[in-house]
Amino acid sequence: MNFAVLQFPGSNCDQDCVHVLRNVMGHSARLLWHKENSLGDTDAVLVPGGFSYGDYLRTGAIARFSPVMQAVQAFAAQGGPVLGICNGFQILCEAGLLPGALIRNRSLQFRCEQVYLQTVTTASPFTNRCRPGQILRIPVAHGEGCFFADAETLAQMKANDQVLWRYVTAQGEATEMASPNGSLENIAGVCNAQRNVAGLMPHPERASEAILGGADGRLIFESLIHSLEEKKSARAA
Amino acid sequence: MKAKIVITPKKAVLDPQGKTVQTALEHMGFTGLSGVHVGKYLEIELTGSDVEAARKQIDEACHKILSNPVIEDYRFEIV
Repeated sequence: MNFAVLQFPGSNCDQDCVHVLRNVMGHSARLLWHKENSLGDTDAVLVPGGFSYGDYLRTGAIARFSPVMQAVQAFAAQGGPVLGICNGFQILCEAGLLPGALIRNRSLQFRCEQVYLQTVTTASPFTNRCRPGQILRIPVAHGEGCFFADAETLAQMKANDQVLWRYVTAQGEATEMASPNGSLENIAGVCNAQRNVAGLMPHPERASEAILGGADGRLIFESLIHSLEEKKSARAA
Repeated sequence: MKAKIVITPKKAVLDPQGKTVQTALEHMGFTGLSGVHVGKYLEIELTGSDVEAARKQIDEACHKILSNPVIEDYRFEIV
């Protein structure tokens, strides 16, 4: 598969994403500078973490107007899979590709630690290789990861099964303490109604090799690759 | 001309900064505070003198990029 990993001024997890896709997952991945107008031959887009444009104005607010994001909008509208990680999640929310917004952590602290995520649904291109309810141990590193959506949007998201991951304790309880940022209903990651665009605050690319302390993040990349392969073989058939 | 823009968190949105500032003020002995909301203030210098056109443009900018309508409200004046 061909992955495009976007690169904005201030992205800093772009190389990690490329490394995991290429060297761990064994697929082709290339960096795409934010000034590009086209995605080229791309099966899926990754919007990596970092501090695009210095987080000026609001996190992700300026990056969403980059030329490459126009191409991502068009790609997503045609059903192309897009995954945003951390700042990438913030950018996708600002772009209106995902519902809600990410605001300052309730504690006002920048939180950098391992968290436990519960897989809320396996019915998505990003979770299909997980067991229902499977708990993943993946690190977070952010100051603005508190998910917010108004009551109407949240109800709609739940009705559409759009919450993909929640912060839980190691035992799987969604307590207030289990969440590093005070997110609404412990939400860690969501997808759009069409299910081809997703975002999460934790960093699966930092948890895809045992040598880094855990490989649970691989399941998210494996899910995405699995769904791309299924799509490809369905097209060939 | 100048546009003076104030952006504030929506009432329904958690405002941990406001809460922390309020607690600090109370610790310092300031009394009678029922809420603190921390927002942003922007000044944009404008060329030209057509106030209506400026108003229209600034409103669009506020809606599109300067504020996020999911979490923030904005108001502005052209002076």
